[in-house]
Amino acid sequence: MTRMTFAEAARRALAEEMRRDPLVWALGEDLVQGGIFGQYKGLVEEFGTERIVSTPISESTIMGAGLGAALCGTRPIVEMRIADFTLCAMDELVSQIAKVRYMFGGQGRASLVVRMPQGMWRNSAAQHSQCLEAWLTHIPGLVVVAPGTPADAAGLLKSAIRSDDPVVLMEPKNLWTAEGEVADDAAPIPFGVARHAASGDAATVVTWSACVPVVEQGARECGIACDVFDLRSLWPWDEAAVVTSVRRTGRLLVVHEAVTVSGFGAEVVARVVEAVGTGGLRAVERLGAARAPVPFSPPLENAMRITPARVAEAIRRVAGA
Amino acid sequence: MPGRSNETARRIAMLRDMARIRAFEQEAVAAMRSGEAPGVVHPSIGQEGVAVGVCSNLKRADRITSTHRGHGHAIAKGADARAMMLELHGRAGGSCGGKGGSMHIADFAVGMLGANGVVGAGIPIACGAAQAIRLTKEDAIVACFFGDGAVNRGPFLEGMNWAALYRLPVLFVCEDNGFAAFTRNSAVTAGGGPAVRAEACGVPATAVNGEDALAVDAAASELVARIRGGAGPQFLHAKCYRWEGHTGTDVAAYRPAEEAAAARERDCIRRLAAVLEAEGVPGAEIASIEAQAVAEMQGHRGAAMVAPWPDPGAAFSDVQDAGAPA
Ligand SMILES: Cc1ncc(C[n+]2csc(CCOP(=O)(O)OP(=O)(O)O)c2C)c(N)n1
Ligand SMILES: [Mg+2]
Repeated sequence: MTRMTFAEAARRALAEEMRRDPLVWALGEDLVQGGIFGQYKGLVEEFGTERIVSTPISESTIMGAGLGAALCGTRPIVEMRIADFTLCAMDELVSQIAKVRYMFGGQGRASLVVRMPQGMWRNSAAQHSQCLEAWLTHIPGLVVVAPGTPADAAGLLKSAIRSDDPVVLMEPKNLWTAEGEVADDAAPIPFGVARHAASGDAATVVTWSACVPVVEQGARECGIACDVFDLRSLWPWDEAAVVTSVRRTGRLLVVHEAVTVSGFGAEVVARVVEAVGTGGLRAVERLGAARAPVPFSPPLENAMRITPARVAEAIRRVAGA
Repeated sequence: MPGRSNETARRIAMLRDMARIRAFEQEAVAAMRSGEAPGVVHPSIGQEGVAVGVCSNLKRADRITSTHRGHGHAIAKGADARAMMLELHGRAGGSCGGKGGSMHIADFAVGMLGANGVVGAGIPIACGAAQAIRLTKEDAIVACFFGDGAVNRGPFLEGMNWAALYRLPVLFVCEDNGFAAFTRNSAVTAGGGPAVRAEACGVPATAVNGEDALAVDAAASELVARIRGGAGPQFLHAKCYRWEGHTGTDVAAYRPAEEAAAARERDCIRRLAAVLEAEGVPGAEIASIEAQAVAEMQGHRGAAMVAPWPDPGAAFSDVQDAGAPA
């Protein structure tokens, strides 16, 4: 175990995978310079400019070339810089990558990883702060992964690279510098297995990505013992763990940074209700963003932010209801 | 044939493939109009010389990306025509098991990486395919077909710059049939057109009469040799004409009938046939090649009509491994 940042854990995991498999390579803007969060730092020295490729600002072609390269037997890491810029490459992701295996009757597969760091970070305002995971969990063909700790950043990146499915990996921008313990030569973490972050009977709390440390802190601060789950991957997601817990607690809180309306929390709640029945639930709440763009000014951005205090209040409401 | 040159034999093979494409599409259009085949087809009748002129310079290991009007590219690259016809009919045994249809024909076994329902989408895919080929040190190139309409999409600009920047082994083939769906493309395109745009990004462009299969063949031969020699991407601008409407049911009322009639007079198949006859190939042999093509495709259509439908359960397979539909 070594203590390191999220970015360093991800960087090490990628280097290990690139050493293991010569078909793994990465393309995106500023990768030779280390990527904008340092998650590719130093990799060009070891792997050269054929495998760490700095590209033009051409999101459609970064994404589409990733697909072409996957269809010719390599395993590209497609770097979108931030999730918001994926919107310039939606056809390539949604109508090409996600469809290619199905549409061609299984003749080819898009075995690639699309990395798209997302969420609020240092007052980046409306076009650089979005959380769009629910857009992508809606798309058949894609695996959607949202790590919330350095250890998971490493283990899930490894699984994403080894997966034959196209995997969207949404790293939380706000956590690149967060520290945690990471195993040396970390093992891949399977998709669809939640991390049981805390145990308790008062309520079941489900979260992912940047809200993971926020929820953990909020749960500690309110002093109410809850079952806390970090889903880690959103498609597939660990429905069984959540449902089993809710059967016991009868209370469910879902916390995410994305806009609440039509967010992935709605899917979590709906599936739990289908599984346990309305009679099996005494309280349900979603804590997410208002249906408003993310603003620039610190007090405005803070008004939008999920904080430990807001999580603690929500837990009190759900547990006490 | 005694005394027949290799060159003549090669040209006869080109004629055969052009005739096969035409016969395939005539059957496909008829099947669509009669309702035997569901969905739409976009016929490339009249443009066969471009597909065959280019693909006769490709090896099996070379890849192509194609468009919504892709039957010709697929057949010219060696795709299984019977599986294609089954696919158009939505039957089991189709190229994509009935999941793709006309607009998503693919035959990976011969390097045909797929038709595409999104205009211009093959361009980035071709760039990435070429990058992978370089990374794995494969001895192959990529030919990327698209229409004149695609040059107004962003991925065209991105892809030209990208291919030139990395000196990728890609032959871009712009099939300029003058129309983008129901609109004359010149009415919606500013500036000097496809070749000028490609050259502005550093991709050398060559213009060719796409209705002359041998001219396409000669140009493609030169460009493919340059690409294999490491010269980087090349652009072939092939002028041609789409005889049919945009789809098999479009009567193309937006253009003068005389214009289409004149294009039919310039038939690329008759043009190649005339060259062959002048080289001493008997007219009867040419007629027989064309008759065989028609018989082959009629046979495929007949087989497709009676082929079994796919198992409905297949609708849920090949989505993804992790998180597959329950
Ligand atoms: C991005 C996109 N926009 C619109 C369409 C609808 N559409 C299909 S084919 C076509 C015309 C394409 O013209 P061109 O590229 O010249 O190819 P052609 O049909 O002439 O072979 C259009 C507009 C589409 N498939 N994709
Ligand atoms: Mg056109």
